[in-house]
Amino acid sequence: MDFDYTASEQSFREEVRSFISDNLPPKKERDKNFLANWLEKVRAKGWVGFAWPKEFGGSEGGLIEQTILREEMALAKAPPLGTSMMGLAWVGPGIMQYGTEEQKRKFIPDILDSKVTWCTGYSEPNHGSDLAAIQCKAELKGDHYLVNGQKIWTTGAPWSQWIILLTRTQFDVQSKHDGITCFLVPMDAPGVEVRPIQNMAGDKHFAEIFFTDVQVPVENRLGAEGEGWNVTVSALANERSSIGEVTQMFEKLENLKELVKTTSLQGQPANKDPKVRRTIARFEMKVAAMKFNGLRYLTKQIKGEPLTSETSVNKLHRASLEIEIDDFAVQLLGQAGLQLRGGESAVDGGTWSKSALNWPNVVIGGGTPNIQRNIIAERLLGQPKD
Amino acid sequence: MNFGFTEEQSLLRDQVERFMKEACPMPKVREIAASESRFDSTLWQQVADLGWLGLTIPEAHGGLGLKWIDLTVVLEAAAEGLCPLPIASQALASAAVLTCGNDQQKNDWLPAMAAGKAICTIGLYDEANWIDPKAITAQAHASEGGYVLKGTKPFVNDAAAAHYLLLAVNGPNGLALAAVAKDDVKITHQPTMDTTKPMASVNLDGVSISAEFLLPMSEEQLAFLTDCGAVATTAEMVGAGAAILAMTSNYAKERIQFGKPIGQYQGVKHRLADMYVDLESYRSLSYYAAWSVDDDVAGLAKAVSLAKGYASDAFAQIGIDGVGLHGAIGFTAEYDAQLYLKRSKWARPMYGDSDYHMDRIATLGGL
Ligand SMILES: Cc1cc2nc3c(=O)[nH]c(=O)nc-3n(C[C@H](O)[C@H](O)[C@H](O)COP(=O)(O)OP(=O)(O)OC[C@H]3O[C@@H](n4cnc5c(N)ncnc54)[C@H](O)[C@@H]3O)c2cc1C
Ligand SMILES: Cc1cc2nc3c(=O)[nH]c(=O)nc-3n(C[C@H](O)[C@H](O)[C@H](O)COP(=O)(O)OP(=O)(O)OC[C@H]3O[C@@H](n4cnc5c(N)ncnc54)[C@H](O)[C@@H]3O)c2cc1C
Repeated sequence: MDFDYTASEQSFREEVRSFISDNLPPKKERDKNFLANWLEKVRAKGWVGFAWPKEFGGSEGGLIEQTILREEMALAKAPPLGTSMMGLAWVGPGIMQYGTEEQKRKFIPDILDSKVTWCTGYSEPNHGSDLAAIQCKAELKGDHYLVNGQKIWTTGAPWSQWIILLTRTQFDVQSKHDGITCFLVPMDAPGVEVRPIQNMAGDKHFAEIFFTDVQVPVENRLGAEGEGWNVTVSALANERSSIGEVTQMFEKLENLKELVKTTSLQGQPANKDPKVRRTIARFEMKVAAMKFNGLRYLTKQIKGEPLTSETSVNKLHRASLEIEIDDFAVQLLGQAGLQLRGGESAVDGGTWSKSALNWPNVVIGGGTPNIQRNIIAERLLGQPKD
Repeated sequence: MNFGFTEEQSLLRDQVERFMKEACPMPKVREIAASESRFDSTLWQQVADLGWLGLTIPEAHGGLGLKWIDLTVVLEAAAEGLCPLPIASQALASAAVLTCGNDQQKNDWLPAMAAGKAICTIGLYDEANWIDPKAITAQAHASEGGYVLKGTKPFVNDAAAAHYLLLAVNGPNGLALAAVAKDDVKITHQPTMDTTKPMASVNLDGVSISAEFLLPMSEEQLAFLTDCGAVATTAEMVGAGAAILAMTSNYAKERIQFGKPIGQYQGVKHRLADMYVDLESYRSLSYYAAWSVDDDVAGLAKAVSLAKGYASDAFAQIGIDGVGLHGAIGFTAEYDAQLYLKRSKWARPMYGDSDYHMDRIATLGGL
């Protein structure tokens, strides 16, 4: 057991830090070209697709360096390293694992260069948690497939150029996991219609998508026909590990501490109240548990053992923290906690009230807590399936 | 960066698990706990021969010169089977001598402790639920050639089995540890919920000790020993928690109600999943705290409070759910689940309950 970093890891951290201090001006000083410049520079550094193979334009960076890179970027509140979060997190890895040579050449560079934004078309109105039961239909018609059906809750659909789409190519199957096929589809293909949906926080980040006689060339199929479930499972495994970002949670915890120090509770600073102190300590224990769970998983990965369902542990912590921290802050602030940005008594620009309405992003997107508990009980403890 | 165990540590774990299975299985644990001495000298000798009592004692003093993370491996694996031997007490007494003793005392006492010949324990606080120097009320007064002790240490673990006890007192020059021989003090066994963790009160009134048996102890040293106690306790909570989770999980696969294994009902399986989440989480925190004892003393207080603060309530809930998910059979004396629930009750206040540790986390975190 050893929590120290090697000299080369340490100097990599220094390199990231000095890059950040050279290239990340304070928010107020950023001009309209800032983001484009930033993306170009991090790309030139080889930090986009950091762990990806070199033949696809990655850096083959190690797991620890990758963790350091993410940690430092999160600490500095840096913008993302690419515009396509999903492209980098799982579409790219999915294409590298299952794609044809032509697909790799065609799609990977654009993801790394932030030229293309991807969205993920898995969920349907009648099939959310029960994803394997999807019904969106794809029929082979010579050199193309004809796609008909509907997707929903597709994050980023209103501004994405491409979608990784899960369809059913076979309906008379023994197991619902069979007969699923994955496609890479341009969002401007004729017959694709996007209708944005407003969420309870007021944003229109996700959308429903209707596919009517959309022609998708055979060469846009990702993996073999009927192999779509495997493609998805490895993609979602990537998501579960990428969502477990601890640095952001520590950041939030620090903001919360600042908040209670400046909030008065019955005439005294809230940070003097025993209940407030213990509540925050409880949050801190959970965030720290996420951190050290994460380090145990990282160690496992370094030893070459693949991660399986244990990442659901941190997903559950993250989900409960995401709900509880904002809820606690809003409750502490009383009527001021209700006010949104623009309200005269709104605190911290209304960020607490806003994020108190945003927890479903983390809690529902990517598999609900009940589903995570099923995963843990069935796959890690060997309980019988539902 | 490596948050895993070495090959040697894995072998050590296997060794302890084998010992528990072969030499100290549950019927034996129950037999020892029900016996008058609540101790087994044959098993103790075996444990000593295996070297487990000298893990954290330097080689120069007859030990193996390993670290607390190695000790954690032993405590955790032994607690899976609720081992009733005072291994943790012995390790804490060694830590007390290493921390507060002078060279002479270390040379004289530690080899016998490493070899298990001198069975030792410590007793720090005299209040039932207060971790603070002010919670030490026993006293040592200067007298001719040494000190006279006064007061009662009401909560001393493994006191009856010990040959020597290191007990916190207020001396003429501040806090100190009084090293007393069992035969010189009045030890009264106290019945508690957890019979595998015998507890006694120790009356010190009028006991005289010579000067070299009073070890000065600073508040920092007291805090360090308290943190060591919390690390040892939490390591045992990891092992015991894992054992009752495994027991309950296996039962849920076999017990059929309403035509299905109860593990198929989410009312059962989701509670098992929550037990797993909490256990794994305080396991991670506990390993980090154990590592900190030797490798990050500056961060020890925080690491310990994160671990023990989390484990105190989480293990208590795991104990309750472990019994509850068994239905009525879990309530029986014959079934072992209840023994783990009792261990969770024992561990909860030991070296600080969750409130104590959360208060400390808040303070250390700048609140
Ligand atoms: C902000 C956000 C972004 C999203 N982005 C995307 C995206 O980009 N692409 C995409 O494809 N999807 C996306 N989703 C969809 C998301 O994956 C689904 O919402 C999620 O899988 C749950 O499905 P559902 O909403 O249909 O709820 P349902 O599956 O209908 O579940 C309803 C409730 O029942 C519970 N439940 C369901 N089955 C069980 C069971 N077996 N046992 C116990 N409880 C159960 C659930 O936990 C939930 O509380 C997004 C969702 C949100 C909220
Ligand atoms: C103190 C005590 C006194 C009693 N006195 C009497 C008495 O006088 N007369 C008498 O006839 N009986 C008596 N009982 C028995 C009592 O009624 C049963 O223990 C109880 O019905 C539970 O059954 P079980 O013990 O077989 O547990 P099980 O039914 O095997 O249940 C084990 C666990 O699985 C859970 N579980 C079971 N099915 C489901 C499900 N479908 N969904 C979710 N969770 C489920 C249970 O909640 C429990 O946690 C007594 C029990 C106790 C503890």
